[in-house]
Amino acid sequence: MRPLRLSVVTAATTVAALTAVTGCTEKSSAGEDGVIAVTATDTKCEVSKKEFPAGHIELDIENKGSKVTEVYVLFPDDRVVTERENIGPGTKQKVTAEVKAGEYQIACKPGMKGDGIRQKVTAKGSGKVAKRDPRLDTAVAAYRKYAQAQADETLPLVKVFADAVKDGDVEAAKKAYAPSRIGWERTEPVAESFGDIDPKVDVREDGLEDGQDPEKDWTGWHRLERSLWKDGKLTDRDSELADQLVKDLEDWQNRVGKAEITPTSMANGAKELLDEVATGKVTGEEERYSHTDLVDFKANVEGAEESYELLKSVASENDPELTKELDKQFAALNTLLDKYRADKNGYDFVSYDKVGKDDRKELSDAVNALAEPLSQLAAAVVK
Amino acid sequence: MTDTSTDTGADGNAGADGNAGAGADGNAKAPTRRSLIGWGGAGLALGAAAAGGAVAAARSGDDASPVAAAAGAPIAFHGAHQAGIATPVQDRLHFAAFDVKTDDRDEFVAMLKDWTAAARRMTAGKAVGDGAYGGLAEAPPDDTGEALGLKPSRLTLTIGFGPSLFEKFGLTDSRPEALVDLPQFAGDNLDRARSGGDLCVQACADDPQVAVHAIRNLARIGFGKVAVRWSQLGFGKTSSTTPEEQTPRNLMGFKDGTRNIAGTETDRLKKFVWVGEKDGPEWMAGGSYLVARRIRMHIEPWDRTSLQEQEDIFGRDKGEGAPVGKAKERDKPFLKAMLPDAHVRLAHPDSNHGATILRRGYSFTDGTDGLGRLDAGLFFLAYQRDVREGFIPIQRNLATDALNEYIQHVGSAVFAVPPGVRDADDWWGRALFSKEA
Repeated sequence: MRPLRLSVVTAATTVAALTAVTGCTEKSSAGEDGVIAVTATDTKCEVSKKEFPAGHIELDIENKGSKVTEVYVLFPDDRVVTERENIGPGTKQKVTAEVKAGEYQIACKPGMKGDGIRQKVTAKGSGKVAKRDPRLDTAVAAYRKYAQAQADETLPLVKVFADAVKDGDVEAAKKAYAPSRIGWERTEPVAESFGDIDPKVDVREDGLEDGQDPEKDWTGWHRLERSLWKDGKLTDRDSELADQLVKDLEDWQNRVGKAEITPTSMANGAKELLDEVATGKVTGEEERYSHTDLVDFKANVEGAEESYELLKSVASENDPELTKELDKQFAALNTLLDKYRADKNGYDFVSYDKVGKDDRKELSDAVNALAEPLSQLAAAVVK
Repeated sequence: MTDTSTDTGADGNAGADGNAGAGADGNAKAPTRRSLIGWGGAGLALGAAAAGGAVAAARSGDDASPVAAAAGAPIAFHGAHQAGIATPVQDRLHFAAFDVKTDDRDEFVAMLKDWTAAARRMTAGKAVGDGAYGGLAEAPPDDTGEALGLKPSRLTLTIGFGPSLFEKFGLTDSRPEALVDLPQFAGDNLDRARSGGDLCVQACADDPQVAVHAIRNLARIGFGKVAVRWSQLGFGKTSSTTPEEQTPRNLMGFKDGTRNIAGTETDRLKKFVWVGEKDGPEWMAGGSYLVARRIRMHIEPWDRTSLQEQEDIFGRDKGEGAPVGKAKERDKPFLKAMLPDAHVRLAHPDSNHGATILRRGYSFTDGTDGLGRLDAGLFFLAYQRDVREGFIPIQRNLATDALNEYIQHVGSAVFAVPPGVRDADDWWGRALFSKEA
């Protein structure tokens, strides 16, 4: 198995269709051909040309509206090529970028809110541009929104958890612990693509590197899990850790929208969520003190299902047998998981230390039954 | 731990591998000139070996070069009987028992067909499906790849159906009477997690990587339909079906099963191993019944046992393997010269009303057990025409075996092994599953 946190990026780079292009805002010597005038108002976003040669481009932006605005160049799947924030009323800004041939959107966001007012533009070039099914771009854009929404919804739950820790209220903190992780677990492959955040928030004690001190260098959810369940008490250090967790996850929330996501990374991300279950949750290693593994388990499956559902319309055309099997195995696993919670809409799962060996084997078998066909989803998407 | 004994006979070729050479799709690697010379060197009639696909390998160490040449060859997958029973015993084993996870009969049958197709390819030394590389970069390859570049290594894959399978898919009427649930034997200490299974696959090969590759890929194809219940790796075959070879030693250092049924003894195979057409049920004709037992040896106490006691327990000497009072390993044993609780005496057909089984067990060592004791022993595999007339009476007779102080049966399973896959259109279990439910 590949290291999980690499795979989102790896998968992205293997699909050449929409290779990432870095945006920059430095002054440049763009030729006349590459200059695009953008006139932003409170209701309009006008561009001087909708077709231009691929390569170096320069946006000359003028805000003629009454609100502060921002201007984005976006890939069809909503990934950001480049952006410029805080363009005040009556001011001008320049933004430059390197773009490959392909379809893009320019978006102005008066008041710096919402999806913005959008214009489709095309960069033309001699190089061949692989065409991607527009439904896949829609799927990626929807998944990007999902990942962002998960982060947005997670932060308040993390704050509830952090506040309980800081109040020294062990029982309240225990109760808030697992719910605070659901959004992260649902989008773990994306979350983990930010290699610097994951080790701060979700590392287990055995994940510390040689020379790292568990007392000084170990941060995040699982460090607090140990305080709550193993130590049974909260210290000043735990309060610091709670603040740190909120800070690190705010970083995640701010960056999640810019993650590299492609249809194949979505598909393989779904499989990786099941791999997470297979290697960490089904063994009880992930939540070794709280035994809330089944909450993470369910969240991983939900995240995988979200990716799958978004890609399903394309995959079912290319490989109807596969999607039939996946529908069946998702249903089977969810039915099995429901055995471990009283309320099918809640996340109050049986403590994993109460799940016997035979039942763990049954869960493991169900995970394998789903993960194996799920590993074929990427192929069905790019066929 | 049984010792079967008889006069050996070499009257033609084993029935296990009825078809010529390699897999029926004709793409299997042809034996190289070097390997043909090797076969001749092993003392077999070349024509018989090629026609039967049964390649005799001399025991490694004694005469290594013919083994090296013959070990790479393929064994025919198609035939009247499944390969891997009367086939000359390979050096390595990966045995896996599976539970069925689906209640959809069509889905299970489709998997058996997929398994058969994969087995046909792997036993011919080919990769599963579209292979291990060259496919879509974004998807995992069809084959896991660790057997790339390795020879077929005489891989055989043998499937068996456990009693519990017949409870599923409405097959209770098809369950053979001879496939009995094994009774509790004296001294059994069975671990449920290492026992039973709805079906099993025995992978034997001269290269452990080839055997493991086969089980791994079948398990993968089976996900969602079946799940591995338990599995066992084995090495150092403890019995041979080729009497021209020396009998290999078990982990106690003794030769055991000297007069096992040979793969060439058509008459005895027919009498004791293959299910006859009138034995019933019809779908089992040409098949056999397999008993698998994981027998843990108390290695350290055994090693502290005096030579005299060790030899008394087996009823053989340790050096030559000769029965008590005899000079040579293959001399006919005089049972009354042995102690009443000697292993050979109790296991011998003469002490069991003629009961005889075909053994192809392997030694196993699964590291140590946490107390520093070698977790090792014999993975016992016995094939017979009827379990009630083979393993059960012999094992009952072994209740007083002196060896029992040094061994413990910790895993157990029994399977109906259907007849061979006849041709490229046939598949494992067709005769059973094609019947109207």
